[in-house]
Amino acid sequence: MLELKDIVWRAPDGEAILKGVSLTVPDDTLMAITGPNGGGKTTLARVIAGLEKPESGAILLDGEDITNLNVTERARRGVSYAFQQPVRFKGLLVRQLLELAAGGEMGERRMCEVLSRVGLCAREYIDREVNATLSGGEIKRIEIATVLLRHTRLTIFDEPEAGIDLWSFGNLIDVFKDLREHMHGSMLIISHQERILQIADRIAVIAGGVLTREGAAGEVFPELMSDAGGNRACCGRREGFAG
Amino acid sequence: MNQILDGLLKMVSDWNGKFEGAFNIRENGGCAGRRSTEHIKIETKQDKPGLDIRILPGTKGESVSIPACVTHGGVDDLTYNDFYVGEDADVTIVAGCGVHTETGEPARHNGVHRFFLAKGARVKYLEKHVGTGKGAGIRRIDPVTEVFMEEDAVMIMETSQIGGVDSTARITHATLGKNAKLHIHERLLTEGVQQARTEFEVVMNGAGAGVDLISRSVARGDSRQSYRSVITGNAPCTGHSECDAIIGENGSVAAAPELVANNADAALIHEAAIGKIAGEQILKLQTLGLTEREAEAKIVEGFLR
Ligand SMILES: Nc1ncnc2c1ncn2[C@@H]1O[C@H](COP(=O)(O)OP(=O)(O)OP(=O)(O)O)[C@@H](O)[C@H]1O
Ligand SMILES: [Mg+2]
Repeated sequence: MLELKDIVWRAPDGEAILKGVSLTVPDDTLMAITGPNGGGKTTLARVIAGLEKPESGAILLDGEDITNLNVTERARRGVSYAFQQPVRFKGLLVRQLLELAAGGEMGERRMCEVLSRVGLCAREYIDREVNATLSGGEIKRIEIATVLLRHTRLTIFDEPEAGIDLWSFGNLIDVFKDLREHMHGSMLIISHQERILQIADRIAVIAGGVLTREGAAGEVFPELMSDAGGNRACCGRREGFAG
Repeated sequence: MNQILDGLLKMVSDWNGKFEGAFNIRENGGCAGRRSTEHIKIETKQDKPGLDIRILPGTKGESVSIPACVTHGGVDDLTYNDFYVGEDADVTIVAGCGVHTETGEPARHNGVHRFFLAKGARVKYLEKHVGTGKGAGIRRIDPVTEVFMEEDAVMIMETSQIGGVDSTARITHATLGKNAKLHIHERLLTEGVQQARTEFEVVMNGAGAGVDLISRSVARGDSRQSYRSVITGNAPCTGHSECDAIIGENGSVAAAPELVANNADAALIHEAAIGKIAGEQILKLQTLGLTEREAEAKIVEGFLR
Protein backbone atom coordinates (compact mmCIF):
# COMPACT_ATOMS: atom_id res chain seq x y z
CA MET A 1 0.00 0.00 0.00
CA LEU A 2 1.20 3.48 -0.89
CA GLU A 3 0.19 6.51 1.14
CA LEU A 4 0.98 10.07 0.15
CA LYS A 5 0.42 12.69 2.82
CA ASP A 6 0.16 16.32 1.87
CA ILE A 7 3.02 16.32 -0.66
CA VAL A 8 4.36 19.74 -1.61
CA TRP A 9 7.01 20.19 -4.30
CA ARG A 10 8.42 23.38 -5.70
CA ALA A 11 10.31 23.92 -8.94
CA PRO A 12 13.82 25.35 -8.56
CA ASP A 13 12.39 28.79 -9.43
CA GLY A 14 10.17 28.59 -6.34
CA GLU A 15 6.85 27.94 -8.06
CA ALA A 16 4.69 25.40 -6.23
CA ILE A 17 4.00 22.51 -8.62
CA LEU A 18 2.47 20.03 -6.16
CA LYS A 19 0.37 21.93 -3.66
CA GLY A 20 -0.42 19.37 -1.00
CA VAL A 21 -1.36 16.04 -2.56
CA SER A 22 -2.71 13.24 -0.37
CA LEU A 23 -3.54 9.92 -1.95
CA THR A 24 -3.76 6.27 -0.92
CA VAL A 25 -3.26 3.35 -3.28
CA PRO A 26 -4.42 0.17 -1.51
CA ASP A 27 -2.88 -3.23 -2.15
CA ASP A 28 -4.12 -5.21 -5.08
CA THR A 29 -5.25 -2.07 -6.80
CA LEU A 30 -4.56 -0.62 -10.22
CA MET A 31 -4.96 3.12 -9.97
CA ALA A 32 -4.94 5.34 -13.02
CA ILE A 33 -3.87 8.93 -12.64
CA THR A 34 -5.05 11.35 -15.26
CA GLY A 35 -5.44 15.08 -15.66
CA PRO A 36 -4.44 17.96 -17.90
CA ASN A 37 -0.93 18.40 -19.30
CA GLY A 38 1.30 20.15 -16.82
CA GLY A 39 -0.97 19.21 -13.92
CA GLY A 40 1.81 17.57 -11.90
CA LYS A 41 1.39 13.82 -12.60
CA THR A 42 4.97 13.13 -13.62
CA THR A 43 6.28 15.27 -10.80
CA LEU A 44 4.23 13.20 -8.35
CA ALA A 45 5.58 9.95 -9.82
CA ARG A 46 9.14 11.24 -9.55
CA VAL A 47 8.54 12.24 -5.95
CA ILE A 48 7.26 8.74 -5.18
CA ALA A 49 10.26 7.07 -6.82
CA GLY A 50 12.63 9.44 -5.03
CA LEU A 51 13.88 11.29 -8.11
CA GLU A 52 12.61 14.52 -6.57
CA LYS A 53 12.50 15.41 -2.90
CA PRO A 54 9.27 16.95 -1.63
CA GLU A 55 9.48 20.17 0.34
CA SER A 56 7.02 18.76 2.85
CA GLY A 57 4.72 15.80 3.28
CA ALA A 58 5.31 12.09 3.76
CA ILE A 59 5.44 8.97 1.58
CA LEU A 60 4.65 5.62 3.17
CA LEU A 61 5.16 2.24 1.54
CA ASP A 62 3.41 -0.56 3.40
CA GLY A 63 3.41 1.65 6.47
CA GLU A 64 7.12 2.46 6.31
CA ASP A 65 8.05 6.11 5.92
CA ILE A 66 10.29 6.21 2.84
CA THR A 67 10.30 10.01 2.44
CA ASN A 68 13.98 10.29 3.32
CA LEU A 69 15.20 7.26 1.41
CA ASN A 70 17.11 7.79 -1.82
CA VAL A 71 16.18 6.35 -5.21
CA THR A 72 18.25 3.19 -4.79
CA GLU A 73 16.84 2.43 -1.36
CA ARG A 74 13.28 2.86 -2.58
CA ALA A 75 13.99 0.69 -5.61
CA ARG A 76 15.29 -2.02 -3.30
CA ARG A 77 12.18 -1.75 -1.14
CA GLY A 78 10.05 -2.43 -4.17
CA VAL A 79 9.32 0.77 -6.05
CA SER A 80 9.57 0.69 -9.85
CA TYR A 81 9.09 3.60 -12.18
CA ALA A 82 8.84 3.54 -15.98
CA PHE A 83 9.82 7.01 -17.12
CA GLN A 84 7.55 9.13 -19.29
CA GLN A 85 10.64 10.06 -21.25
CA PRO A 86 12.95 7.03 -21.26
CA VAL A 87 16.64 7.74 -20.88
CA ARG A 88 19.07 6.85 -23.64
CA PHE A 89 22.57 5.53 -23.02
CA LYS A 90 25.35 5.62 -25.59
CA GLY A 91 27.08 2.27 -25.70
CA LEU A 92 24.87 0.36 -23.26
CA LEU A 93 23.17 -2.59 -24.96
CA VAL A 94 19.50 -3.45 -24.59
CA ARG A 95 20.65 -6.81 -23.21
CA GLN A 96 22.75 -5.09 -20.54
CA LEU A 97 19.98 -2.72 -19.51
CA LEU A 98 17.55 -5.62 -19.16
CA GLU A 99 20.06 -7.56 -17.07
CA LEU A 100 20.53 -4.59 -14.77
CA ALA A 101 16.76 -4.47 -14.37
CA ALA A 102 16.53 -8.21 -13.73
CA GLY A 103 19.40 -8.00 -11.24
CA GLY A 104 21.57 -10.62 -12.92
CA GLU A 105 22.31 -12.55 -16.05
CA MET A 106 19.38 -13.49 -18.22
CA GLY A 107 19.18 -16.38 -20.59
CA GLU A 108 18.11 -15.87 -24.19
CA ARG A 109 14.71 -17.33 -23.37
CA ARG A 110 13.92 -14.87 -20.63
CA MET A 111 15.04 -11.97 -22.84
CA CYS A 112 12.74 -13.22 -25.55
CA GLU A 113 9.89 -13.62 -23.11
CA VAL A 114 10.01 -10.12 -21.70
CA LEU A 115 10.67 -8.40 -25.02
CA SER A 116 7.88 -10.25 -26.74
CA ARG A 117 5.52 -9.10 -24.00
CA VAL A 118 6.23 -5.55 -25.11
CA GLY A 119 6.05 -6.58 -28.75
CA LEU A 120 9.73 -6.60 -29.66
CA CYS A 121 11.65 -9.42 -31.27
CA ALA A 122 14.61 -10.19 -29.01
CA ARG A 123 16.91 -11.20 -31.84
CA GLU A 124 16.60 -7.78 -33.43
CA TYR A 125 17.07 -5.76 -30.29
CA ILE A 126 19.22 -7.31 -27.56
CA ASP A 127 22.49 -6.32 -29.19
CA ARG A 128 21.42 -2.81 -30.08
CA GLU A 129 22.54 0.16 -28.08
CA VAL A 130 19.98 1.99 -25.99
CA ASN A 131 20.88 5.14 -27.89
CA ALA A 132 19.22 7.72 -30.10
CA THR A 133 18.86 5.28 -32.99
CA LEU A 134 15.97 3.52 -31.24
CA SER A 135 12.64 5.00 -32.25
CA GLY A 136 10.35 6.62 -29.70
CA GLY A 137 8.06 3.60 -29.56
CA GLU A 138 10.95 1.14 -29.37
CA ILE A 139 12.62 2.83 -26.43
CA LYS A 140 9.27 3.17 -24.69
CA ARG A 141 8.72 -0.57 -25.00
CA ILE A 142 12.19 -1.31 -23.64
CA GLU A 143 11.51 1.06 -20.75
CA ILE A 144 8.34 -0.86 -19.95
CA ALA A 145 10.25 -4.14 -20.16
CA THR A 146 12.80 -2.95 -17.58
CA VAL A 147 9.97 -2.42 -15.13
CA LEU A 148 8.16 -5.67 -15.96
CA LEU A 149 11.31 -7.56 -15.02
CA ARG A 150 11.34 -6.22 -11.50
CA HIS A 151 8.12 -7.67 -10.04
CA THR A 152 7.92 -5.03 -7.34
CA ARG A 153 5.31 -4.05 -4.79
CA LEU A 154 4.65 -0.69 -6.35
CA THR A 155 4.93 -0.22 -10.08
CA ILE A 156 4.44 3.15 -11.71
CA PHE A 157 4.04 3.60 -15.46
CA ASP A 158 4.15 7.14 -16.78
CA GLU A 159 2.11 7.38 -19.99
CA PRO A 160 3.05 3.91 -21.20
CA GLU A 161 0.85 4.36 -24.25
CA ALA A 162 2.83 7.35 -25.55
CA GLY A 163 4.41 6.48 -28.89
CA ILE A 164 2.96 2.96 -28.99
CA ASP A 165 1.31 2.28 -32.33
CA LEU A 166 -2.36 1.52 -32.85
CA TRP A 167 -1.70 -2.13 -33.67
CA SER A 168 0.24 -2.84 -30.48
CA PHE A 169 -1.97 -0.88 -28.15
CA GLY A 170 -4.31 -3.79 -27.53
CA ASN A 171 -1.38 -5.99 -26.52
CA LEU A 172 -0.16 -3.37 -24.11
CA ILE A 173 -3.58 -3.30 -22.47
CA ASP A 174 -3.38 -7.08 -22.15
CA VAL A 175 0.02 -6.77 -20.47
CA PHE A 176 -1.44 -4.44 -17.86
CA LYS A 177 -4.50 -6.63 -17.35
CA ASP A 178 -2.23 -9.60 -16.84
CA LEU A 179 -0.01 -7.65 -14.42
CA ARG A 180 -3.14 -6.60 -12.57
CA GLU A 181 -4.11 -10.25 -12.16
CA HIS A 182 -0.72 -11.42 -10.92
CA MET A 183 0.67 -8.48 -9.00
CA HIS A 184 1.53 -8.53 -5.33
CA GLY A 185 1.07 -4.91 -4.38
CA SER A 186 -0.21 -1.94 -6.27
CA MET A 187 0.15 -0.34 -9.65
CA LEU A 188 -0.12 3.27 -10.75
CA ILE A 189 -0.57 4.13 -14.40
CA ILE A 190 -0.43 7.75 -15.47
CA SER A 191 -2.42 7.99 -18.67
CA HIS A 192 -4.61 10.06 -20.94
CA GLN A 193 -6.03 6.98 -22.62
CA GLU A 194 -9.66 5.98 -22.13
CA ARG A 195 -8.85 2.32 -22.61
CA ILE A 196 -6.30 2.39 -19.83
CA LEU A 197 -8.66 4.27 -17.52
CA GLN A 198 -11.23 1.58 -18.23
CA ILE A 199 -9.08 -1.25 -16.88
CA ALA A 200 -8.27 0.65 -13.65
CA ASP A 201 -9.88 -0.13 -10.31
CA ARG A 202 -9.65 3.46 -9.21
CA ILE A 203 -9.02 6.76 -10.94
CA ALA A 204 -7.34 9.87 -9.55
CA VAL A 205 -7.33 13.25 -11.25
CA ILE A 206 -4.45 15.66 -10.70
CA ALA A 207 -4.88 19.19 -12.01
CA GLY A 208 -3.06 22.37 -11.13
CA GLY A 209 -0.94 20.52 -8.58
CA VAL A 210 -3.85 19.22 -6.50
CA LEU A 211 -5.91 16.05 -6.38
CA THR A 212 -9.28 17.10 -7.73
CA ARG A 213 -11.06 13.74 -7.75
CA GLU A 214 -10.39 10.20 -6.61
CA GLY A 215 -12.74 7.28 -6.56
CA ALA A 216 -13.82 3.95 -7.98
CA ALA A 217 -13.24 3.85 -11.73
CA GLY A 218 -16.89 3.01 -12.32
CA GLU A 219 -17.90 6.36 -10.85
CA VAL A 220 -15.08 8.62 -11.95
CA PHE A 221 -14.78 7.43 -15.55
CA PRO A 222 -18.28 8.52 -16.68
CA GLU A 223 -17.75 11.91 -15.04
CA LEU A 224 -14.50 12.38 -16.93
CA MET A 225 -16.18 11.52 -20.20
CA SER A 226 -18.85 14.16 -19.74
CA ASP A 227 -16.20 16.67 -18.54
CA ALA A 228 -14.25 16.12 -21.72
CA GLY A 229 -17.34 17.20 -23.64
CA GLY A 230 -17.50 20.23 -21.39
CA ASN A 231 -14.01 21.17 -22.46
CA ARG A 232 -15.01 21.19 -26.06
CA ALA A 233 -18.00 23.38 -25.19
CA CYS A 234 -15.60 25.72 -23.43
CA CYS A 235 -13.60 26.13 -26.63
CA GLY A 236 -16.74 26.75 -28.57
CA ARG A 237 -17.83 29.37 -26.05
CA ARG A 238 -14.55 31.16 -26.31
CA GLU A 239 -14.81 31.25 -30.07
CA GLY A 240 -18.32 32.53 -29.73
CA PHE A 241 -17.15 35.25 -27.36
CA ALA A 242 -14.44 36.40 -29.75
CA GLY A 243 -16.87 36.52 -32.64
CA MET B 1 57.56 -17.37 -20.79
CA ASN B 2 57.53 -15.05 -17.80
CA GLN B 3 54.28 -14.27 -16.05
CA ILE B 4 54.32 -10.54 -16.72
CA LEU B 5 54.59 -11.09 -20.48
CA ASP B 6 51.93 -13.78 -20.37
CA GLY B 7 49.61 -11.43 -18.43
CA LEU B 8 50.17 -8.49 -20.78
CA LEU B 9 49.61 -10.67 -23.85
CA LYS B 10 46.30 -11.89 -22.45
CA MET B 11 45.19 -8.32 -21.90
CA VAL B 12 46.14 -6.88 -25.27
CA SER B 13 45.58 -9.77 -27.67
CA ASP B 14 43.75 -13.07 -27.93
CA TRP B 15 46.76 -14.94 -26.55
CA ASN B 16 45.77 -18.11 -24.72
CA GLY B 17 49.19 -19.71 -24.55
CA LYS B 18 49.33 -19.66 -28.34
CA PHE B 19 48.14 -17.68 -31.31
CA GLU B 20 46.06 -18.79 -34.25
CA GLY B 21 47.58 -17.62 -37.51
CA ALA B 22 50.69 -15.56 -38.08
CA PHE B 23 52.28 -13.73 -35.18
CA ASN B 24 55.30 -11.95 -33.83
CA ILE B 25 55.80 -11.25 -30.13
CA ARG B 26 58.03 -8.31 -29.35
CA GLU B 27 59.39 -8.29 -25.80
CA ASN B 28 61.54 -5.39 -24.61
CA GLY B 29 62.71 -4.75 -28.16
CA GLY B 30 63.57 -8.40 -28.89
CA CYS B 31 61.64 -11.16 -30.62
CA ALA B 32 60.01 -13.70 -28.28
CA GLY B 33 58.36 -15.77 -31.00
CA ARG B 34 57.29 -15.57 -34.63
CA ARG B 35 55.35 -17.51 -37.20
CA SER B 36 54.70 -16.71 -40.83
CA THR B 37 52.04 -18.59 -42.75
CA GLU B 38 51.62 -19.52 -46.36
CA HIS B 39 49.87 -16.22 -47.07
CA ILE B 40 51.29 -13.91 -44.42
CA LYS B 41 55.04 -13.33 -44.35
CA ILE B 42 56.68 -11.59 -41.40
CA GLU B 43 60.27 -10.41 -41.85
CA THR B 44 62.67 -8.33 -39.76
CA LYS B 45 63.47 -4.96 -41.25
CA GLN B 46 67.06 -4.51 -42.36
CA ASP B 47 67.49 -0.76 -41.98
CA LYS B 48 65.73 -0.09 -38.68
CA PRO B 49 63.96 -1.91 -35.86
CA GLY B 50 60.64 -3.45 -36.83
CA LEU B 51 58.88 -5.75 -39.24
CA ASP B 52 57.69 -5.95 -42.81
CA ILE B 53 54.47 -7.89 -42.96
CA ARG B 54 53.27 -8.96 -46.37
CA ILE B 55 49.77 -10.27 -46.76
CA LEU B 56 49.37 -11.88 -50.17
CA PRO B 57 46.57 -10.83 -52.51
CA GLY B 58 43.36 -12.74 -51.95
CA THR B 59 44.23 -13.96 -48.44
CA LYS B 60 40.88 -14.48 -46.72
CA GLY B 61 39.86 -14.85 -43.10
CA GLU B 62 43.37 -15.05 -41.66
CA SER B 63 44.77 -13.11 -38.77
CA VAL B 64 48.13 -11.74 -37.76
CA SER B 65 49.02 -10.69 -34.22
CA ILE B 66 52.02 -8.54 -33.46
CA PRO B 67 51.83 -7.67 -29.76
CA ALA B 68 54.63 -5.58 -28.28
CA CYS B 69 55.34 -5.65 -24.56
CA VAL B 70 57.67 -3.89 -22.21
CA THR B 71 57.92 -5.97 -19.04
CA HIS B 72 60.15 -3.83 -16.85
CA GLY B 73 61.32 -0.28 -16.24
CA GLY B 74 64.26 1.33 -17.96
CA VAL B 75 63.11 0.32 -21.46
CA ASP B 76 62.42 2.80 -24.24
CA ASP B 77 61.35 0.70 -27.19
CA LEU B 78 60.84 2.01 -30.71
CA THR B 79 59.61 -0.09 -33.63
CA TYR B 80 58.49 0.43 -37.22
CA ASN B 81 56.04 -2.06 -38.62
CA ASP B 82 54.86 -1.93 -42.22
CA PHE B 83 51.87 -3.93 -43.41
CA TYR B 84 51.44 -4.53 -47.11
CA VAL B 85 47.95 -5.87 -47.64
CA GLY B 86 47.45 -7.36 -51.10
CA GLU B 87 44.49 -6.88 -53.42
CA ASP B 88 41.21 -8.31 -52.16
CA ALA B 89 42.78 -9.73 -49.02
CA ASP B 90 40.46 -9.78 -46.00
CA VAL B 91 42.32 -10.10 -42.71
CA THR B 92 42.38 -9.19 -39.03
CA ILE B 93 45.46 -7.52 -37.60
CA VAL B 94 45.90 -7.38 -33.84
CA ALA B 95 48.56 -5.04 -32.53
CA GLY B 96 48.27 -4.77 -28.78
CA CYS B 97 50.79 -3.12 -26.57
CA GLY B 98 51.42 -3.52 -22.85
CA VAL B 99 53.93 -1.73 -20.68
CA HIS B 100 54.83 -2.81 -17.17
CA THR B 101 57.16 -1.29 -14.62
CA GLU B 102 57.58 -1.76 -10.89
CA THR B 103 61.02 -0.32 -10.34
CA GLY B 104 60.16 3.36 -10.47
CA GLU B 105 61.90 3.61 -13.83
CA PRO B 106 59.94 4.53 -16.95
CA ALA B 107 58.70 1.98 -19.47
CA ARG B 108 57.90 3.20 -22.96
CA HIS B 109 56.79 1.73 -26.22
CA ASN B 110 56.61 3.76 -29.38
CA GLY B 111 55.23 1.92 -32.40
CA VAL B 112 55.04 3.40 -35.85
CA HIS B 113 52.63 1.35 -37.92
CA ARG B 114 52.06 1.87 -41.61
CA PHE B 115 49.33 0.12 -43.54
CA PHE B 116 49.31 -0.07 -47.33
CA LEU B 117 45.97 -1.43 -48.48
CA ALA B 118 45.85 -2.43 -52.13
CA LYS B 119 42.70 -2.28 -54.22
CA GLY B 120 39.75 -3.97 -52.53
CA ALA B 121 41.72 -5.03 -49.44
CA ARG B 122 39.83 -5.26 -46.16
CA VAL B 123 41.46 -5.00 -42.78
CA LYS B 124 40.09 -5.17 -39.31
CA TYR B 125 42.72 -3.61 -37.09
CA LEU B 126 42.51 -4.04 -33.33
CA GLU B 127 44.82 -2.10 -31.08
CA LYS B 128 44.60 -2.46 -27.32
CA HIS B 129 46.91 -0.69 -24.90
CA VAL B 130 47.45 -1.24 -21.20
CA GLY B 131 49.86 -0.21 -18.50
CA THR B 132 50.41 -2.34 -15.40
CA GLY B 133 52.58 -2.55 -12.31
CA LYS B 134 53.09 -0.46 -9.22
CA GLY B 135 55.46 2.36 -8.46
CA ALA B 136 56.08 5.80 -9.83
CA GLY B 137 57.75 4.71 -13.09
CA ILE B 138 55.99 6.39 -16.01
CA ARG B 139 54.17 4.00 -18.35
CA ARG B 140 54.10 5.52 -21.76
CA ILE B 141 52.75 4.42 -25.15
CA ASP B 142 53.04 6.66 -28.19
CA PRO B 143 51.59 5.02 -31.27
CA VAL B 144 51.79 6.49 -34.75
CA THR B 145 49.49 4.94 -37.34
CA GLU B 146 49.57 5.76 -41.02
CA VAL B 147 47.07 4.27 -43.41
CA PHE B 148 47.18 4.43 -47.21
CA MET B 149 44.07 3.09 -48.86
CA GLU B 150 43.67 2.38 -52.55
CA GLU B 151 40.41 2.08 -54.43
CA ASP B 152 37.66 0.12 -52.64
CA ALA B 153 39.84 -0.68 -49.64
CA VAL B 154 38.09 -0.94 -46.27
CA MET B 155 39.63 -0.61 -42.86
CA ILE B 156 37.96 -0.91 -39.49
CA MET B 157 40.22 0.31 -36.75
CA GLU B 158 39.31 -0.28 -33.13
CA THR B 159 41.61 1.12 -30.53
CA SER B 160 41.30 1.12 -26.80
CA GLN B 161 43.34 2.28 -23.89
CA ILE B 162 41.45 1.70 -20.70
CA GLY B 163 43.62 2.77 -17.80
CA GLY B 164 47.11 2.22 -16.56
CA VAL B 165 48.98 4.29 -19.14
CA ASP B 166 50.41 7.47 -17.64
CA SER B 167 51.15 9.31 -20.79
CA THR B 168 50.16 8.78 -24.37
CA ALA B 169 50.39 10.66 -27.63
CA ARG B 170 48.40 8.95 -30.36
CA ILE B 171 48.74 10.09 -33.92
CA THR B 172 46.72 8.62 -36.76
CA HIS B 173 46.94 9.67 -40.40
CA ALA B 174 44.99 8.20 -43.28
CA THR B 175 44.76 8.86 -47.01
CA LEU B 176 41.78 7.43 -48.87
CA GLY B 177 41.43 6.69 -52.57
CA LYS B 178 38.30 6.15 -54.61
CA ASN B 179 35.48 4.44 -52.67
CA ALA B 180 37.80 3.59 -49.81
CA LYS B 181 36.07 3.39 -46.43
CA LEU B 182 37.64 3.93 -43.06
CA HIS B 183 35.93 3.36 -39.71
CA ILE B 184 37.74 4.35 -36.56
CA HIS B 185 36.45 3.65 -33.09
CA GLU B 186 38.68 4.93 -30.33
CA ARG B 187 38.13 4.39 -26.62
CA LEU B 188 40.18 6.09 -24.01
CA LEU B 189 40.07 6.25 -20.24
CA THR B 190 42.40 8.32 -18.11
CA GLU B 191 42.49 8.69 -14.35
CA GLY B 192 44.83 9.99 -11.65
CA VAL B 193 47.32 12.36 -13.22
CA GLN B 194 47.42 10.55 -16.58
CA GLN B 195 47.63 12.48 -19.81
CA ALA B 196 46.47 11.56 -23.28
CA ARG B 197 46.72 13.39 -26.54
CA THR B 198 45.07 12.02 -29.65
CA GLU B 199 45.25 13.38 -33.17
CA PHE B 200 43.56 12.22 -36.34
CA GLU B 201 44.18 13.46 -39.82
CA VAL B 202 42.14 11.90 -42.60
CA VAL B 203 42.43 13.04 -46.20
CA MET B 204 39.91 11.81 -48.75
CA ASN B 205 41.20 12.14 -52.29
CA GLY B 206 38.97 9.71 -54.17
CA ALA B 207 35.34 10.06 -55.15
CA GLY B 208 33.05 7.99 -52.95
CA ALA B 209 35.54 7.77 -50.09
CA GLY B 210 34.12 7.78 -46.58
CA VAL B 211 35.35 8.04 -43.04
CA ASP B 212 33.48 7.47 -39.82
CA LEU B 213 35.51 8.48 -36.81
CA ILE B 214 34.12 7.82 -33.36
CA SER B 215 36.05 8.73 -30.27
CA ARG B 216 34.72 8.05 -26.80
CA SER B 217 36.67 9.01 -23.77
CA VAL B 218 36.42 9.32 -20.04
CA ALA B 219 38.69 11.61 -18.02
CA ARG B 220 38.57 11.13 -14.26
CA GLY B 221 40.66 12.20 -11.29
CA ASP B 222 43.03 14.98 -12.30
CA SER B 223 43.68 13.53 -15.76
CA ARG B 224 43.86 15.59 -18.91
CA GLN B 225 43.06 14.75 -22.49
CA SER B 226 43.22 16.58 -25.74
CA TYR B 227 41.56 15.54 -28.96
CA ARG B 228 42.19 16.96 -32.39
CA SER B 229 40.83 15.75 -35.70
CA VAL B 230 41.13 17.13 -39.19
CA ILE B 231 39.01 15.56 -41.90
CA THR B 232 39.70 16.84 -45.38
CA GLY B 233 37.50 16.12 -48.38
CA ASN B 234 39.18 16.73 -51.75
CA ALA B 235 36.54 14.85 -53.73
CA PRO B 236 32.86 13.96 -53.48
CA CYS B 237 33.01 12.00 -50.24
CA THR B 238 31.47 11.66 -46.80
CA GLY B 239 33.10 12.31 -43.47
CA HIS B 240 31.60 11.97 -40.03
CA SER B 241 33.36 12.40 -36.75
CA GLU B 242 31.92 12.15 -33.30
CA CYS B 243 33.85 13.00 -30.19
CA ASP B 244 32.09 12.20 -26.94
CA ALA B 245 33.76 12.69 -23.63
CA ILE B 246 32.64 12.14 -20.08
CA ILE B 247 34.51 14.04 -17.45
CA GLY B 248 34.37 13.39 -13.74
CA GLU B 249 36.05 14.88 -10.68
CA ASN B 250 38.77 17.27 -11.91
CA GLY B 251 39.23 15.64 -15.31
CA SER B 252 39.72 17.87 -18.30
CA VAL B 253 39.14 17.36 -22.02
CA ALA B 254 39.93 19.78 -24.82
CA ALA B 255 38.43 18.87 -28.19
CA ALA B 256 39.30 20.59 -31.44
CA PRO B 257 37.57 19.04 -34.40
CA GLU B 258 38.29 20.49 -37.81
CA LEU B 259 36.63 19.87 -41.15
CA VAL B 260 38.09 20.97 -44.47
CA ALA B 261 35.98 20.67 -47.61
CA ASN B 262 37.78 21.38 -50.87
CA ASN B 263 34.99 19.99 -52.98
CA ALA B 264 31.36 21.11 -53.01
CA ASP B 265 30.23 17.48 -52.80
CA ALA B 266 32.28 16.66 -49.75
CA ALA B 267 29.68 16.10 -47.01
CA LEU B 268 31.43 16.49 -43.69
CA ILE B 269 29.81 16.42 -40.26
CA HIS B 270 31.19 16.70 -36.81
CA GLU B 271 29.50 16.11 -33.49
CA ALA B 272 31.11 16.73 -30.13
CA ALA B 273 29.83 16.55 -26.61
CA ILE B 274 31.78 16.89 -23.38
CA GLY B 275 30.23 16.77 -19.98
CA LYS B 276 29.58 14.77 -16.89
CA ILE B 277 27.29 11.75 -16.92
CA ALA B 278 23.69 12.87 -17.45
CA GLY B 279 21.83 12.90 -14.14
CA GLU B 280 18.80 11.14 -15.63
CA GLN B 281 21.00 8.21 -16.68
CA ILE B 282 22.20 7.70 -13.13
CA LEU B 283 18.66 8.08 -11.78
CA LYS B 284 17.27 5.52 -14.23
CA LEU B 285 19.77 2.90 -13.13
CA GLN B 286 19.14 3.78 -9.50
CA THR B 287 15.44 3.06 -10.03
CA LEU B 288 16.60 -0.43 -11.04
CA GLY B 289 18.29 -0.82 -7.66
CA LEU B 290 21.87 0.20 -8.45
CA THR B 291 23.70 2.61 -6.17
CA GLU B 292 24.91 5.87 -7.62
CA ARG B 293 28.48 4.51 -7.88
CA GLU B 294 27.36 1.27 -9.49
CA ALA B 295 25.25 3.25 -11.93
CA GLU B 296 28.18 5.46 -12.91
CA ALA B 297 30.42 2.45 -13.39
CA LYS B 298 27.88 0.72 -15.67
CA ILE B 299 27.34 3.88 -17.71
CA VAL B 300 31.08 4.33 -18.23
CA GLU B 301 31.56 0.63 -19.00
CA GLY B 302 28.85 0.76 -21.67
CA PHE B 303 30.13 4.04 -23.04
CA LEU B 304 33.62 2.62 -23.51
CA ARG B 305 32.49 -0.78 -24.70
N1 LIG C 1 12.28 21.15 -12.78
C1 LIG C 1 11.24 21.94 -13.11
N2 LIG C 1 11.42 23.26 -13.26
C2 LIG C 1 10.39 24.05 -13.60
N3 LIG C 1 9.15 23.61 -13.83
C3 LIG C 1 8.92 22.31 -13.70
C4 LIG C 1 9.95 21.40 -13.35
N4 LIG C 1 9.44 20.16 -13.33
C5 LIG C 1 8.15 20.29 -13.65
N5 LIG C 1 7.83 21.58 -13.87
C6 LIG C 1 6.51 22.11 -14.22
O1 LIG C 1 5.58 21.50 -13.38
C7 LIG C 1 4.37 21.30 -14.04
C8 LIG C 1 3.95 19.85 -13.91
O2 LIG C 1 4.78 19.06 -14.71
P1 LIG C 1 4.55 17.51 -14.87
O3 LIG C 1 5.60 16.99 -15.77
O4 LIG C 1 4.44 16.90 -13.54
O5 LIG C 1 3.14 17.48 -15.61
P2 LIG C 1 2.27 16.25 -16.08
O6 LIG C 1 1.00 16.28 -15.34
O7 LIG C 1 3.04 15.01 -16.02
O8 LIG C 1 1.98 16.66 -17.59
P3 LIG C 1 1.88 15.76 -18.92
O9 LIG C 1 0.49 15.24 -18.98
O10 LIG C 1 2.11 16.77 -20.02
O11 LIG C 1 2.93 14.73 -18.88
C9 LIG C 1 4.59 21.75 -15.48
O12 LIG C 1 4.06 23.04 -15.63
C10 LIG C 1 6.08 21.75 -15.61
O13 LIG C 1 6.49 22.71 -16.54
MG1 LIG D 1 3.86 13.75 -17.40
